Amino acid sequence: MSLVLREIRKSYGRAEVLRGVSLGAGYGQVVAIVGANGAGKSTLIKILAGAVPKDSGDLELDGRPLELKGPRDAIRQGICTVYQELSLVTELSVAENLLMGVLPKRRGLIDWSAARARAKEILTSIRFDAIDPAAKIRDLSIAKQQMVEIAKALVSKPRILVLDEPSAVLSGSDLDSLYDLVVQLRDQGTLVLYVSHRLKEVLNLADRVVVMKDGQFVAELDPKEATEDDIITLMAGRQIEAIYPERREGSGVPTLTVGRLTRVGEFDDVSFQLRSGEILSIFGLVGSGRSELVETIFGARRPHSGSISIGGVAKRFNAPANAIKTGLALVTEDRQRTGLVLGLKVCENINLATMHGLLLSMASRRFDSELMINKLSIKPERCRNMEAWQLSGGNQQKVVISKWLLTNPSILILDEPTRGVDMATRVDIYQKIDELAVTGISILMVSSDLTEAVSMADRVLVMRNGRVVKELDAARTSEDEVLAYAIGGHYV
Amino acid sequence: MCKINPVEKTPLPTRFVTIQRGRLEVAGNDVTMHFIQFLVVIALALIANPLTNGVFFTANNFTNLMRQMTTTGLLSLGMLFVILAGGVDLSVGSIVGFSAIIAAGATVNWGFPVWVSFLLGIVTGACWGLISGSLVAWFKLAPFVVTLAMMTFIRGLIYVYSEIAISTRAIPSFTALGSAVVFGIPISTMIMAIFFVIGAVFLNRTPLGRSTIAIGGNRETVRLAGISVEKGIITTYVISGICAGVGGIMLASRLGNIQPSLGGSHELDAIAACVIGGANLAGGKGTVQGTVMGVLILAVMNNLLSLRNVEPYWQWVLKGMIIIAVVLLHSRSQKRG
Repeated sequence: MSLVLREIRKSYGRAEVLRGVSLGAGYGQVVAIVGANGAGKSTLIKILAGAVPKDSGDLELDGRPLELKGPRDAIRQGICTVYQELSLVTELSVAENLLMGVLPKRRGLIDWSAARARAKEILTSIRFDAIDPAAKIRDLSIAKQQMVEIAKALVSKPRILVLDEPSAVLSGSDLDSLYDLVVQLRDQGTLVLYVSHRLKEVLNLADRVVVMKDGQFVAELDPKEATEDDIITLMAGRQIEAIYPERREGSGVPTLTVGRLTRVGEFDDVSFQLRSGEILSIFGLVGSGRSELVETIFGARRPHSGSISIGGVAKRFNAPANAIKTGLALVTEDRQRTGLVLGLKVCENINLATMHGLLLSMASRRFDSELMINKLSIKPERCRNMEAWQLSGGNQQKVVISKWLLTNPSILILDEPTRGVDMATRVDIYQKIDELAVTGISILMVSSDLTEAVSMADRVLVMRNGRVVKELDAARTSEDEVLAYAIGGHYV
Repeated sequence: MCKINPVEKTPLPTRFVTIQRGRLEVAGNDVTMHFIQFLVVIALALIANPLTNGVFFTANNFTNLMRQMTTTGLLSLGMLFVILAGGVDLSVGSIVGFSAIIAAGATVNWGFPVWVSFLLGIVTGACWGLISGSLVAWFKLAPFVVTLAMMTFIRGLIYVYSEIAISTRAIPSFTALGSAVVFGIPISTMIMAIFFVIGAVFLNRTPLGRSTIAIGGNRETVRLAGISVEKGIITTYVISGICAGVGGIMLASRLGNIQPSLGGSHELDAIAACVIGGANLAGGKGTVQGTVMGVLILAVMNNLLSLRNVEPYWQWVLKGMIIIAVVLLHSRSQKRG
């Protein structure tokens, strides 16, 4: 065993995040770590990366005790970590980011041609040669940025590579190159710790699957024998019958009508109608203009032309405040950037959109937040006075949803409601969305998860390059058909 | 519509005061930092007494100390709001000077009634805040740059109005506010205390106050929650301007002789008090209680050093060191994880 963890423990304040995690892993393996949000995966990774200190327990590397005082120590010991959040300097080129600190010099000055050649070499060696070393990071797509991030971790030739949700923003051929790379690294003798919510990929890629729950490893599975359902059951600690709720019957009167809505360069001539009690999903690849569209409906951006009407009355929203008054709510795509105030308490965040009047009633604020924490089973239970950054991703998402449910919306827009959210929490969220639809709320859901977009919705709008290319009845379509329209092929 | 069924209330944390893992919590709020600040004030006061041969703990000195901290206190309160919303207001020192000189000038040169002059000083303070705030909020200019320019601009206007000091000593009603003392407590300090109470209520209990903190934490989230970020930001600068205006009036009334240089570098003391009080210059973090502590720490220290007849330059050196020390203490006690 080359890397050994023994009884690692860690608490943040009162919350015990890791309660004695033990693991042994050898070189030349892919060990997948799966678990619900809040199971402690991110904390474990940060401890391995030297980014946060452990409270107790031992780390051992090649039979010697391993003390990590900071990220530098970890890198020096050959442990490199690629986090979910990108850490690249967006104004600098790919080459500079890759070679940060080790840029080749000639007579004291940076040798740019050598730097580019070296960067090209690195990218080629891991078959990421589609990326131009001279390009600025901010000009690259998120997927390409993620690949640069991984390449950067490989510059120092780590013996242990930790990947936290590397596939979350990738699709298509980028995903394939990621998988190829992981296999290539494993065959070269690297230990890859692979954290992911995509269970299918985990089962295909990993040599071992370790399931984490409530700060502990609860099981280890052999990916050759285990099924997705096995993992989900272990992660949730309960049997999950069906991921998606059953389809509801019928829907009511039109609530939101969008007519020929256009914002030049973002989306073009979009028209659709949303009914009460209906779930309408908008599917499209990243960059197809979906998020811009819903932000415009919500009044966060101004349309260049076209109309929006709510309940048959034409509306022009100058600001989100007007949209909220009309009964709209928008759960944004990026909870950390636009959904939460991370430094504020959970109860403050939950009440953020519902502060009215001259004086606030502390009692009703407390009651409302406790109510939502209960209803959406936000964990840990006593999180009202915790700051939002202390919660795990899935629970943060529930806080954002709580905030909007308190406004009593009649039209709820969800932009990627389950991005980076684990299966068990997802099921909770799906169930909640379904309940809301049953009570007559109209739901507009943007998703890049194909299965989710088709299985949750009554109808699917497919967007490509800022245009709605097809409207499909979710009950009569297939994932293949939706994808075909989204990428511009013809479905036969 | 979304139906929310009432659920049974979950039991709230049972104990009012808890100490856990080195953190002191009262009613679920982490007050470790305030406790440390409180200890610093007590420690300063305790060493102050022997160092000043008992002069520190005299009623006379306390009256003096309170009077001295009034203006800094008001400026710090206003500054806190600006800092909370993610800004900084460098113009408050100049506003103090402007309000003071305009109030004195209005009384002495124009013959206005004293209360009208005072009101004029406060209203002009609010106006300067409105201008700074609008430039920051609507034109998205950097607060540092806007208020730096305002600082220079307003100071220039003061000298344009009067190159020489204006004396109001001959008008007793003008100096009454600054000199009146009830039960050993200066009226001006009581007014400051009232401002602090109003400030705390505003910050903790009103939607606008809460959104101020949220704006400093994450502007975009607040905007999407249907709250006007611009209104919030402008409000903080107006509050800061009003506080500076009132502070200027108090100072003018106390001194009775208003130099055009009055209030210079006061903005730095105000920022220091906020920072010592635990406010984060990046915005989103800070409390009124902390700021009170910050003001107290600065005031006690100044008082102590003057009583010891320490040269002003050494006072600056020591002040700088104390600021660093207290802020270091905070960052150690606040370390996440």
